[in-house]
Amino acid sequence: MPEVRIRKRLTVVEEIFHEGGPVATIPLKRAAALAVIQNPYAGKYVLDIAGFMDDLKPLGLTMAQSLVAALRGDPKTIEGYGKGAIVGSSGELEHGALWHVPGGYAMREILGDAKAIVASTKKVGGPGTRLDVPVTHINASYVRSHFDAMEVGLNDAPRADEILLALVMTTGPRVHARVGGLKASEIKGEDGLR
Amino acid sequence: MKAAIRKIAVFVEETHSEMDHKVDPPTRRAAAVAVIENPFAGKYVDDLSDLMTIGEELGEVLATRAVAALGIPGNTVESYGKAAAVGENGELEHAAAILHPKLGVPVRRVLGKGAALIPSSKKRGGLGVVLDIPLGHKDAAFVRSHFDGMEVRLNDAPRANEIMVAVAVTDSGRPLPRVGGLTKDQIKGEDGLR
Repeated sequence: MPEVRIRKRLTVVEEIFHEGGPVATIPLKRAAALAVIQNPYAGKYVLDIAGFMDDLKPLGLTMAQSLVAALRGDPKTIEGYGKGAIVGSSGELEHGALWHVPGGYAMREILGDAKAIVASTKKVGGPGTRLDVPVTHINASYVRSHFDAMEVGLNDAPRADEILLALVMTTGPRVHARVGGLKASEIKGEDGLR
Repeated sequence: MKAAIRKIAVFVEETHSEMDHKVDPPTRRAAAVAVIENPFAGKYVDDLSDLMTIGEELGEVLATRAVAALGIPGNTVESYGKAAAVGENGELEHAAAILHPKLGVPVRRVLGKGAALIPSSKKRGGLGVVLDIPLGHKDAAFVRSHFDGMEVRLNDAPRANEIMVAVAVTDSGRPLPRVGGLTKDQIKGEDGLR
């Protein structure tokens, strides 16, 4: 199996105090971990790529741990998550799909068996491409207050033969969430939906 | 309140090959984007129900246009997603009010079904901001071949007092899916997950 060759990593933390309304008692935080890796399949069509998902698992765990650390280190404070990938121009969209399993399961493992599907998006793009990583509640996808997204990107990535991998975690609802729907306090947390 | 629409754009993308490997039939995605006036621009308004009503209206308009652009019956749509971008004089919560409480019902009416959560993303931004609309299978969120995303942008939107709202649909998953997971022929389509 190909080795995972990392060129660059980035961690970003946003702290949001208000958005024109009342100042939040506890500011919302969003954090993103990005890794830029060599795409072992760049420039050619390779049929059997699924084995690389296993190779990416240690990187997924490292990134998930770095997010928890960036958000003060307590997994219990993490309420939302999402993941994404940008594949450089010599790769194909399917290479970004390799991130679903290692990225998603890494966050679930670090967060103690989170129940909800990890929201995701992916695309092919050049250096500087931005990605809106969708975010939903970690235990119940329908928690409306936690539907969110974080824009990420790096000016110099992905190069043509690279993949930019992203994980995002948040500490709570949108700062002035007030459009109703299922509340975090109402979830059962059994089926990952409600 | 009715939406004050300045502009609607419809995008259709077809992928015919990846890495010189033929995609037959081509995978296709369509996105319909509306640019509307934000009735709450420039002020903090507590009750967002007018925007929820606008969301209901746009759900029908945009889903109908996107499906029409693919030229297929609504019930043969395979995956979907939604997104919104709020101009600089609005708040993120305005996008939430349009997208989450009422937009989904008319979208599902146009498609005949839609057991799965409609994946979404939202942001605030200036003219030319990029929307990455997350995509997932409409009846079973775990169908791995259909985890995808579609980028749309309009050079002249959103203006400061506007909101861009997008609905995307596809007739297929990714072009050459081969990272395993649940396939569309295995789904039950009852719980929205599998």
